[in-house]
Amino acid sequence: MNPSPHASELAEGYAPRNYLNSPATGLASWLDTRDHKRIGVMFLVATTIALMLGGIFALIIRVELLTPGPTVVDAMTYNRLFTLHGVVMIFLFMIPAIPSGFGNFLLPLMLGAKDVAFPRLNLLSFYLYLAGAAVALYGMVHGGADTGWTFYTPYSTTTVTKVVPILLGAFILGFSSILTGLNFIVTTHTMRAPGLTWGRLPLFVWSIYATSVIQILATPVLGMTLLLVAVERAFGWGIFDPARGGDPVLFQHFFWFYSHPAVYIMVLPAMAVISEVVCAFSRKNIFGYKAVAYSSLGIAFVGFFTWGHHLFTSGQSPLTGGVFGILSMFVGIFTAIKVFNWTATLYRGSISFRTPFAYFVGFLFFLVFGGMTGIALATMSLDVHWHDTYFVVAHFHFIMVGATMMAFLAALHYWLPKISGRMYPEGWGLVAAVMVVLGFNFTFIPQFLLGNEGMPRRYYAYPERFWPLNVASTAGASVLAIGLFIVLVYVLVALKWGPIAGPNPWRSRGFEWDTPSPPPPENYETTPVYTHGPHEYDEHAPGVPAGVPPSPEPRHV
Amino acid sequence: MNDLLRRILFLPPQASEYARQVDALHYFVILTTMVGAAGVFAAALYFFVRYRRRSDSDVTPHVAPRFVHELLFVGGPLALFVLWFAIGYPQYVRLSLPPKDAMDVYVQGKQWMWKFAYPGGPNAIDTLRVPAGRPVRLLITSRDVIHSFFVPALRVKQDALPGRYTQTWFTADRPGRYEIFCTEYCGLSHSSMLGQLVVMPPAEFDQWIAEQRRGLEVAQDSTPRPGERVLPASSLVDEGRRVAAEQGCLKCHSVDGTRHVGPTWSDLYGRDERLATGKTVQADEAYLTKSMMDPAADVVAGYQNVMPTYQGRLSPPEAAAIVEFIKSLRTSALGAGPSEPPAYESVPARK
Amino acid sequence: MSDATTPTAASFLAHHFESLEKQTHAARLGMWLFLATEVLLFTALFAGYAVYRYLYAQDFAAASRGLATWIGLVNTIVLVSSSFTVALGLHHATRGDGKGTRTFFLLSFLMGLVFLGFKYVEYSHHFHAGELPGRYYAGELLGPGAPMFYALYFLITGLHGVHVVVGMTVLAVIGWRAGRGAYARAYHVPVELAGLYWHLVDLIWIFVFPLIYLI
Ligand code: HEA
Ligand code: HEA
Ligand code: HEC
Ligand code: CUA
Ligand SMILES: [Cu+2]
Repeated sequence: MNPSPHASELAEGYAPRNYLNSPATGLASWLDTRDHKRIGVMFLVATTIALMLGGIFALIIRVELLTPGPTVVDAMTYNRLFTLHGVVMIFLFMIPAIPSGFGNFLLPLMLGAKDVAFPRLNLLSFYLYLAGAAVALYGMVHGGADTGWTFYTPYSTTTVTKVVPILLGAFILGFSSILTGLNFIVTTHTMRAPGLTWGRLPLFVWSIYATSVIQILATPVLGMTLLLVAVERAFGWGIFDPARGGDPVLFQHFFWFYSHPAVYIMVLPAMAVISEVVCAFSRKNIFGYKAVAYSSLGIAFVGFFTWGHHLFTSGQSPLTGGVFGILSMFVGIFTAIKVFNWTATLYRGSISFRTPFAYFVGFLFFLVFGGMTGIALATMSLDVHWHDTYFVVAHFHFIMVGATMMAFLAALHYWLPKISGRMYPEGWGLVAAVMVVLGFNFTFIPQFLLGNEGMPRRYYAYPERFWPLNVASTAGASVLAIGLFIVLVYVLVALKWGPIAGPNPWRSRGFEWDTPSPPPPENYETTPVYTHGPHEYDEHAPGVPAGVPPSPEPRHV
Repeated sequence: MNDLLRRILFLPPQASEYARQVDALHYFVILTTMVGAAGVFAAALYFFVRYRRRSDSDVTPHVAPRFVHELLFVGGPLALFVLWFAIGYPQYVRLSLPPKDAMDVYVQGKQWMWKFAYPGGPNAIDTLRVPAGRPVRLLITSRDVIHSFFVPALRVKQDALPGRYTQTWFTADRPGRYEIFCTEYCGLSHSSMLGQLVVMPPAEFDQWIAEQRRGLEVAQDSTPRPGERVLPASSLVDEGRRVAAEQGCLKCHSVDGTRHVGPTWSDLYGRDERLATGKTVQADEAYLTKSMMDPAADVVAGYQNVMPTYQGRLSPPEAAAIVEFIKSLRTSALGAGPSEPPAYESVPARK
Repeated sequence: MSDATTPTAASFLAHHFESLEKQTHAARLGMWLFLATEVLLFTALFAGYAVYRYLYAQDFAAASRGLATWIGLVNTIVLVSSSFTVALGLHHATRGDGKGTRTFFLLSFLMGLVFLGFKYVEYSHHFHAGELPGRYYAGELLGPGAPMFYALYFLITGLHGVHVVVGMTVLAVIGWRAGRGAYARAYHVPVELAGLYWHLVDLIWIFVFPLIYLI
């Protein structure tokens, strides 16, 4: 992506010298870059491809479920499909997408820094991502795995499919994620520009910081666990093998000790994006900055003690279950705080209903229902009925697709001008947003009802009575897919031919907008000095410092 | 009212009192969520309209929360969530407290079928018959990978773990046929690992099981489900005696109370066993199975730890059979028969 | 900057930091976070060990008694003293005396070798005695406990062994470069970090030894 602007456009505020064309433009200059912005962009491209791949798996799944019996694939293929769908979407798309993609691009900009603390490490983490993806893809091509993304033993240690490559792939991806997290924590601590106190830190940074903490504390445990399963498969040392006195449930504890915090790795960055978007488009200071900032840390902390809510039916003692149950309720509070504060931020704001804001609305809706169903699941006696039914599937899609993917799209539209210097077509943007939100509801609301009705997940074939709702769900999925496809098309078009956006099309107070678009390689020619927070829009707030005056709203195609 | 909500929410019929209670909580949770969410969205919607951008040069006032706001934001949901928990948790605990007079059925999952064994016979595959109105306790295990026993109509689900027994219980009060699903992914035919729960009027059930025990193979109802197989009746106790002899248990364990290499089995079941560690455990199903699978775990006081493990050498049904055999060795009631009140004290019995 | 005879502080400053202090601080913080992840990696194994130790108390105790405690003890002493020499190496670095750093890192490196030597003796004994993990177990202990013990034993000591090797490589490289005068009194962070890593390797062993040999 290297659009060459015409002289006329340069006049309108397309930075002539930017990270896209300097120091060099060749592919090589990208592949060994240390520039956090280029690395971020490469992550965005890679994760978007992963999203498409996982989406294609998803669509095949939906088509298969169109009829109660066999439809397009056989049972074995189906089992591999949902496993790969889960693995690709979680490890290749969702976990890196926002932190490693947008986070990399924005964190130093928001801190007024020239780069992240360890640029080489940053590049390494990208190549680890590619390596992990390659290994996992090798596994998928050569037979794939049919364990589900949860790799429960003893099935995962006995099945004939290619589990080990997938495990190793996830293992390597884990290290990529650890390095990024480590890098971000150090950057936040040591690279803040003068005047940027913790009290003035953009909420995006707060949330990404919390994410990074989880990444470095939880991921090593996952790595070890996956390694144990691989060892078990390869040599049969019997760690999880009941026939050798191993305890299969121990694996579940290990796995969820990572994977529950991991769900917050997936949602905290979304919250990071939303906190920025809601301020920018209601042109209003965030309501309860401290509350929103600290609740991120709260989630990161309490999130480590709720993993047992995935094991309510595994025969753990009711007391243990109870503790995990109540803690799951507590972790919900922090999200509630955020939701209420975002809503309250709108009060007496000046709201412009642009595409990113449309996605914010969708996000709010999906997060509330996705989250509340999470709490409902933590209400133990209900989980006994819902566990491993489509209700759970609907729950996590509401949060992961509903909340996080909406946030991803919001971020894509909000920061596209900063990343590419060009604007997306507003009209198409809103059309696509409406399709995505409606299509999503049609896809997953029926799945809640399927869960109530008792349809278990990971079912290749199902009794007749589940038929109508499944048809509805598949129909919704196709609308959703078309909507996303439209996004893909116009984003690609905008990258080359979109109208020049100017340094700050949204007139946002966010620090990242103080530099030209696309930003120069060194971000700021002079290190900025901050005298105010990034979320202040009232008349008393000092104007945008050390940077460019607000440019007029862009024209549209 | 119950029925209306049930239909709106696509919930399956309620085949037990417990199911009705769980659904009541379900309705409460959904309604409060809807109300709360409606509140949030109404507020948001109002703001969208009332505070839409009027001019590009809008400046907005600096609005900061007062402490009470944040207090409300925390207190509101917290109160609600804790209330949900306060209702849901007791129900969950109740599932792990089978009443003493519950009738036992051994459930074994294997890829990809369910096997049911009644103490004293018979065994059946894929069809579980229970009397209406009587509590039934399921002792669940698996022969290979993890499965999960799920009856939507009862709102009851319990994982089946290889190498150990888990339990759950229910009292179905509506005669009829209900689906059994396997809800833990277990491989190729996971989605066809279906079973059927047949709830029979008590009298009918007693007659059926009596006939089975007499060894008659009688398909009980006019329309036997295709694929339903009822194995030739055999008493778990006899089975257990056989296995114990074969496996050589009786080389070390007497059944007449005399001390041997190992403790005698007579009157073992239900007795408080003193262990080498000084602890005392009650010899219930779980303990007995554990003693076979992992004798070293708790060695009985005054004995050497010489018993080999039978992990992998005894299949779960064999283990179950032996347990039933040991249970039958009571000077009070020698011989076969349906199992007595199980002394399964996994958690404090309820009043 | 490898061959610079007496490099100036400025020559160490990366373009994106505005001061050497900040850069040093960043490097230290990064290293500590990395060590944290390392510790967690082992914690997972320790947790597994604890669980099975609880499940198979007798078997584990018996198997653990079968280990050669004296080897474990000797190895502990070796590692601790190697940590000490590393500290001395760092001390010389702070004086800007690269040669001294090299000698002491070399010493620690050799002690690392000694440690591995003893490990080799230990492992080969286990192989002969058939004390192997899981289904390979051919020792005389009954019950599922012993094979499980050896599975975890080899996993933990093996993973630690890998860390020893990595640590030795790091010491070798940094010590060599220090000898070439690659660092200065003003800037010797790499020496310091290498030392930190070796201390971690040592520390983890301090946990492993009692856990597996003594209790
Ligand atoms: C980003 C991902 C994500 C997130 C953020 C969450 C968030 C939560 N999840 Fe979820 N969950 C998953 C992803 C996620 N989950 C996945 C992938 C699975 C399945 C794994 C598998 O088996 O494959 C799962 C499964 C899962 C289960 C197990 C279900 C089962 O298998 O039986 C449970 C049980 O307690 C649970 C609970 C919760 C809770 C309590 C939260 C809380 O954090 C939610 C907090 C949010 C809120 C509470 C909403 C905000 C509240 C308000 C705005 C209040 C306003 C309204 C009123 C006051 C009425 N989740
Ligand atoms: C981030 C995570 C994520 C995402 C985004 C999705 C997205 C979707 N998922 Fe998935 N899903 C999971 C995570 C996710 N899923 C997990 C973890 C499981 C459990 C697996 C297991 O059981 O082990 C699961 C399981 C799962 C099932 C259950 C399978 C079963 O249990 O039998 C189903 C069934 O309908 C399903 C459907 C869908 C659908 C229709 C989408 C749709 O939203 C997909 C829509 C997307 C597309 C169609 C791609 C189009 C994209 C582009 C064209 C590019 C866009 C371009 C730009 C944005 C620039 N998913
Ligand atoms: C080599 C002799 C030996 C054999 C064979 C043997 N056991 Fe044992 N068993 C013992 C000893 C000794 C004990 C007491 C120490 C202990 O609890 O480990 C014992 C304890 C038990 C207990 C607990 C008894 C109590 O009083 O708590 C049970 C139950 C049991 N064995 C079942 C079996 C079964 C079932 C088999 C065969 C499948 C079997 N044993 C085979 C020696 C043996
Ligand atoms: Cu058995 Cu799924
Ligand atoms: Cu969870």
